[in-house]
Amino acid sequence: MSNLLTVKQLRVDLPVAKGTLHAVRGIDFHVERGEMLCLVGESGCGKSMTSLALMGLLPRKAQVNADCLNFDGVDLLTVSERERSNLRGARMAMIFQEPMTALNPAYTLGNQLCEALRRHQRVSRRAAHDRALYLLKRVGISAAEERMRQYPHQLSGGLRQRVMIAMALMCEPDLIIADEPTTALDVTIQAQILHLLRDLQQEFGTAIIFITHDLGVVARIADRVAVMYAGEVIETASAQALFHAPSHPYTQGLLRCIPTPGKTLPGSRLQAIPGVVPSLIDKVAGCAFCNRCDQADERCHSTPPLQTLAEGHLSRCHFAHQLANPANLNAQEVTL
Amino acid sequence: MSSAANPRDPLALELCALAKTFKLGGGMLHKSQTLKAVNDVSLRVPRGQVMGLVGESGCGKSTLAKMLLGLTKPSGGDVLINGKAIVNANQKALARHIQPIFQDPYSSLNPRQRIAQIVGLPLRIHAIGTPKEQALKVEEMLDMVGLPKRAAQQYPGQMSGGQRQRVAIARALIMRPDLVICDEPTSALDVSVQAQILNLLLDLKDEFGLTYLFISHDLAVVEHLADRLAVMYLGRIVEEGTREQIFNAPRHPYTQALLASALTPEPGLGVPDIGLGAGQPDPTQPPSGCAFHPRCPVAKPQCSQQSPALSAIAQGAAQATHQGSQARVACHFA
Amino acid sequence: MAQTFSPQVASEQHSVANWQSRLFHSTLNNRSLAIGLLIIASLGIVALLAPWLAPHDPYLQNTANRMVPPIWHETGSWTHPLGTDRLGRDYLSRLIYGTRISLFIGIVVALISGLIGTTLGVLAGYFGGRVDAVVSYLLTTRLAMPVVLVALAMASLIGGSMITVTLLLGLLLWDRFAVVARSATQQLRDAEYVQASQALGCPLHYILLREVLPNIAGALIVVATLEVANAILLEATLSFLGMGVQPPSPSWGLMIAEGKAYMFFQPWVITIPGAALFILVLAINLLGDGLRDLSAPGGRNE
Repeated sequence: MSNLLTVKQLRVDLPVAKGTLHAVRGIDFHVERGEMLCLVGESGCGKSMTSLALMGLLPRKAQVNADCLNFDGVDLLTVSERERSNLRGARMAMIFQEPMTALNPAYTLGNQLCEALRRHQRVSRRAAHDRALYLLKRVGISAAEERMRQYPHQLSGGLRQRVMIAMALMCEPDLIIADEPTTALDVTIQAQILHLLRDLQQEFGTAIIFITHDLGVVARIADRVAVMYAGEVIETASAQALFHAPSHPYTQGLLRCIPTPGKTLPGSRLQAIPGVVPSLIDKVAGCAFCNRCDQADERCHSTPPLQTLAEGHLSRCHFAHQLANPANLNAQEVTL
Repeated sequence: MSSAANPRDPLALELCALAKTFKLGGGMLHKSQTLKAVNDVSLRVPRGQVMGLVGESGCGKSTLAKMLLGLTKPSGGDVLINGKAIVNANQKALARHIQPIFQDPYSSLNPRQRIAQIVGLPLRIHAIGTPKEQALKVEEMLDMVGLPKRAAQQYPGQMSGGQRQRVAIARALIMRPDLVICDEPTSALDVSVQAQILNLLLDLKDEFGLTYLFISHDLAVVEHLADRLAVMYLGRIVEEGTREQIFNAPRHPYTQALLASALTPEPGLGVPDIGLGAGQPDPTQPPSGCAFHPRCPVAKPQCSQQSPALSAIAQGAAQATHQGSQARVACHFA
Repeated sequence: MAQTFSPQVASEQHSVANWQSRLFHSTLNNRSLAIGLLIIASLGIVALLAPWLAPHDPYLQNTANRMVPPIWHETGSWTHPLGTDRLGRDYLSRLIYGTRISLFIGIVVALISGLIGTTLGVLAGYFGGRVDAVVSYLLTTRLAMPVVLVALAMASLIGGSMITVTLLLGLLLWDRFAVVARSATQQLRDAEYVQASQALGCPLHYILLREVLPNIAGALIVVATLEVANAILLEATLSFLGMGVQPPSPSWGLMIAEGKAYMFFQPWVITIPGAALFILVLAINLLGDGLRDLSAPGGRNE
């Protein structure tokens, strides 16, 4: 079966005051139909730029290049603006971190939900209304009929995010890109929304690219994970493999530095990653992580190749094989 | 130093029935509403410990912090620091004992001042030492929080988020306060930097013998840091106890839901269905009885009529007698 | 370990060292700022060096030499490059001394009104509540008054002079400062660094002058440029109407007023001071625009 989305050597360059910001530096990944791919990374790693590039929502001054940017047979690099806006909403939808910016404060929710469908499909007002009502109920909004007549500001943050999800589902898209959809929410609401997303994904068979910085969220919802650092995908693996056998020093460092009940002793020192992310303005040479890496040697001044450790487990590190081995042992212990 | 006022007092901080009510609206056309942001909060923080304070947005934890810092006057109740009431205390005297570390390192530092000015401000305001001594102290403090010497001459705009948070910590600690209010100090930071800052906070706590009130919504961070924990919901404390008590045997249904929704990085567990219904009710019209009852999975008719008191729970044979280790919960069925 | 850090450290130092030079370069790149600054600087030098630059005494009358046309006319001469007025006074010298009056009034008015408006606005924004209500009341009252009419009425009561005009305009033009200072302060009031200094027990004057004011200064400077231009135009208006600077002072507005009887036959008597006024006000507005552009872009990291 062919992939829903194939991305090869995607680059996004942004002109800034001090030069050119290489926000995304040649990344490869793919999304299969109906799967949940998590793009995880810290602020400035290029994960949001990637999603905006896929949606065609980058500012005009940004330069997008790629060897391949194929969405279900459509080349997103050469597609016309008109076809692109036909795709957006109908076949690929986006859920943002702050739903207030994506909902129009001047229209009722019912209005916006129906419009989302009628913009792309010839359906009657009645049918659109019915679908909106069905989806609002489906995303767990009580008194849906009443909510349809309300305006966005009358809803709490959690409810707004539910409405955004319903809106994304209106046209039954093949792909939803969710950019930190639960970061602004309280933990109990976050758990509810994630639970809902996972349910809906299975029900509708929608593929989701879920962008987040929260490894806890990733572990719980992802089928596959792509870890980004400084504009590159440095490790791709299934969720199981990534958490049990991380093979890039950055992934390992990230997993070590979050306090995990049962693993880290309360009050003990956490194993922090020293230093800060390098600037991506102008030329970046070699491995971008080498100045924070305790494994680094001379080899790391050259760009590391993408190494395959197992089926679907790729790591961009010179030492990937060595690093993967001890971790593999741990993984076996866990599975035993 | 006035911190010698009562250093033997085992409690660094004590809150007695603290309350804050806001009047909202009240223009010509609208009736004014009252918002009980903090409602009858009593809490004791033993010296040298980390008291975690968790709760969702709007539960009153930030208002509580503002009252402790003297930025907002309580509507009722008392705050005692080292056994002395602060309600009518002079702000400068208060500042010697209690200092804040804020959430957003981007807005907590004045962008127009150099780091040396920012960190040295407490010394200048309180006229501690000569300018030369102050400069030395700033240098020493920057070193303690892991910043290079040249950082003193930089502006906040030239620093990363983690570095800025180090500056904020240096400013808070330069006068050697007893108590530091950490209001979500790492939630604006990346995880790799969060670990650096948490380590630093732990190191400095030991070094200076500090007491922290650590406000956070990240339960993993709180579990790592806190000795004791208080859970707030709609302006009230619904449960309080030691870390082990809260994390191993939570009594209140809200605490249980909070713990269930904390997502640890363990693949394969999936997202729990915590079934709390919709979000928080409107805080200006809190539900009758127990404020949590509309969302509570085990609510009974009694819960909508009677507000449960925060009372100590029996701990079997090994019931702790000395203050500070007793657990309290506000639920009819705990 | 320390060695592997060095590229990062170096790039940080680099950015520190280049801070000033970046400001310099962005000034050059910002064309309106550069042009505005250039014109104002040269006019400022002209105003300062007026006694040395002016070829003649601007007050010296010479009835034998009345209405000499400027140099570009066939009958013009280098003795009076811009000609003379109806009393035979050298027009270029009067124009040069007029720069002093315009710039003085513009700057002093902006200082007075800036002081009043900023004080009121910052207090209203910081305290809110009743203070804000009082300031807002003053502000709406002030906005309900037509500036030119009130200034004319007051000047005719007290008697027009340079000092009267300056004080009157200073007391009238503070509204924009107050509006901008108020809203900017409201945004800063809850900033965590302001809270941090409150928690330290900093005195009020420290918080307002050191924490708030430097952070709203950018917006206020833009307002100030607009008000300088506004004040210069209003001074010219009042002087033109006879209620401003009194003769024989070489105010540009007064020069236009004195020349208006001749404007159909010797149009240069009003076009020359008119053009001077236009260029000065344009330059100030360019400067204001450029400053606004300069302070607008760049997020938290710039």
